[in-house]
Amino acid sequence: MNSSQHIERAQEAGKRIHHFHGGLRLKHHKKISCQDPVERPPLPDLLIVPLLQHAGDTAEPLVHVGDRVLKGQQIGQCQPCAAIHSPVSGIVEAIEDRPMSHPSGQPGPCVVIRPDGKEQWTRLAPLTDWLNASADDLIAQMQQCGLAGLGGAVFPTHAKTRDGRERKTHTLILNGVECEPYISCDEMLMREQPDKIILGARILRRALGAERVVIAIEDQMGIVQQALTGSDEFAQSENITVVKVPAIYPEGGERQLIQVLTGLEVPAGGRPSDLGLVCQNVATSAAVADAVTAGKPLIERYVTVTGNGISHPRNFKALFGTPVSHLVDCCSGYTKDVARLVVGGPMMGYPLKSDDAPVVKASNCVLALSRQDIEEPQAEMPCIRCGECARVCPATLLPQQLHLQITNDLWKDVESYGLSACIECGCCDYVCPSHIPLVDWFRFGKGELRKRARENEAAELARKRFEEREARLIRIKQERAEKMQRRKQLLKDKALQQDRIKASIQRAENKTRARAKDPGEAQDGGQSHDS
Amino acid sequence: MLISVLILGALGIVFGLGLGWAALRFHVKSDPVVERIDALLPQTQCGQCGYPGCRPYAEAIAVEEADINQCPPGGDAGIRALADLLGREPKPLNPENGEETSKTVVLIDESRCIGCTLCIQACPVDAIVGATKLMHTVIKSECTGCNLCLPPCPVDCIDIVEAETSPPRWQRPRPQTGFKRVPIR
Repeated sequence: MNSSQHIERAQEAGKRIHHFHGGLRLKHHKKISCQDPVERPPLPDLLIVPLLQHAGDTAEPLVHVGDRVLKGQQIGQCQPCAAIHSPVSGIVEAIEDRPMSHPSGQPGPCVVIRPDGKEQWTRLAPLTDWLNASADDLIAQMQQCGLAGLGGAVFPTHAKTRDGRERKTHTLILNGVECEPYISCDEMLMREQPDKIILGARILRRALGAERVVIAIEDQMGIVQQALTGSDEFAQSENITVVKVPAIYPEGGERQLIQVLTGLEVPAGGRPSDLGLVCQNVATSAAVADAVTAGKPLIERYVTVTGNGISHPRNFKALFGTPVSHLVDCCSGYTKDVARLVVGGPMMGYPLKSDDAPVVKASNCVLALSRQDIEEPQAEMPCIRCGECARVCPATLLPQQLHLQITNDLWKDVESYGLSACIECGCCDYVCPSHIPLVDWFRFGKGELRKRARENEAAELARKRFEEREARLIRIKQERAEKMQRRKQLLKDKALQQDRIKASIQRAENKTRARAKDPGEAQDGGQSHDS
Repeated sequence: MLISVLILGALGIVFGLGLGWAALRFHVKSDPVVERIDALLPQTQCGQCGYPGCRPYAEAIAVEEADINQCPPGGDAGIRALADLLGREPKPLNPENGEETSKTVVLIDESRCIGCTLCIQACPVDAIVGATKLMHTVIKSECTGCNLCLPPCPVDCIDIVEAETSPPRWQRPRPQTGFKRVPIR
């Protein structure tokens, strides 16, 4: 198949359900957090807004300690990534390193805001007439409002949309497949705000220049389908379809979902836009609707607080910067046998060192596991090459081989075996009978590959600079030598001239002397007389 | 008999001329081995190997004047790569040349700098900017961590700092479990 055939087939997205390789059927554990409607928790005493919430560099703070900020005011700026806004009105108490929700567990720069309780908004600039606004205006609005993918990767929405527009997207896929156990924030959002999601989808579709929208949900989300298809916005719009896909983990992965909907694989190293597709999370879509029609920046999100370690699991609409401990308190606290706190789901989440860490754009779930939920750490055994990991790998990699290569530092092989295509879903880890922490190794390996690429780049730069410096030094030396040579020559010339002048003076003197002695013998010169 | 001698002789002359022409036409100026060795060296240009830069060291390795275990910034991995390329046995780093350390960069304490330009002259990669009697500073992204600017500084205002490891530069550590590499003996 050539690429135009691929695109043709991609245009059929959602009409037939396909399969992806591997995957696991996992227990859902979602119902426990879907009992109550979503609420905003009361304002916490302090909000801690990290300046690093996206892939990329840390944002520069735009406010100072002691400043009064308004709700929705921009407080952090980072050129290529999305802006960061104040979630409340209040006083900036500090800009300092605090624990933040990051896999490293390291503290990072945060803006600490004490809310004044007035909830006073800054002046918002909505694009009310978005149907007539240009795509560039829509994309600029997304950037201004700090929108980023709320599915977990936090890729800036404006960049994804711009890329999709430039590469002629025909179909927008809204990802409502929340395949990881326990997490239910997207499900609750789709139940409660279907209009907003569909409005956001229409705006995104316009910004992308796409024709169709496919909203993918899991086949177990019956109420969600009713909510979406029964909404007013859905009735008014055309070319939007809701597709149910079988619940197999990790179907919510962008590449896996595209494979299920189209039967096509996004090429390794490529992007969905290669197939004319753009995938956005449903929560991102709702945020787009808020940003464009109300001008509201991204300052809050749905967060699931769940697990057997939580007394009363539920979903919240939490402001960014709300400490996790505050959310847990609003769920009537931890149970007695709480054992581990995780941000994200049980498969892909990372452990949280302390519950002082705040909710950020990427936090979809706070999971408190009880002692029964987690297995005792078991001793790692040698790989028995059973191949279970390769059977479940949704990226069709060979985890056992990659593990061997990473542990032996065979980085060239690691690269050629496609480690960068690993989505860190944890399926291989889950099935490994030898309890090898495969995903830990792959995360380390991916970091190492990136580091090596960076180092190679730096070495290349250093080599170039060194060579250029050497060339310059030689040139300067040569120039100096030439200058010296010229000066010497000049001096020599001068000396020669002086000599000549002296000689002629001498001659002239001799002549006059000879003439004075004997005018008749002037022709002979004075030499014969002197000697 | 004579004919065959003539034919073979003529062929010999023709091929000889062809080879001679090819040698001139496709002449490779530098030794490709040097290039390949140079590509494996870390390009810190620190001179700890005893040569004034990575390329001179690469040239010395190519003519077997220097050993492959004289580059501390390259470390164990660098020695392995060189041994692999040259088909030699890897050996531990020569302690006379220094120890393998984590990546560092230098930082000029700008309040103490007197603007003498001595460090600028010492920097092998032009990573320090400044002018006479004006403050100097290190371009962090260009600094290779060779520390050659430290000795000439008359006021000792240059410090060695660890390269940044906090997020977003943070890197996942090697998992603790599992089978450890056997060090080179």
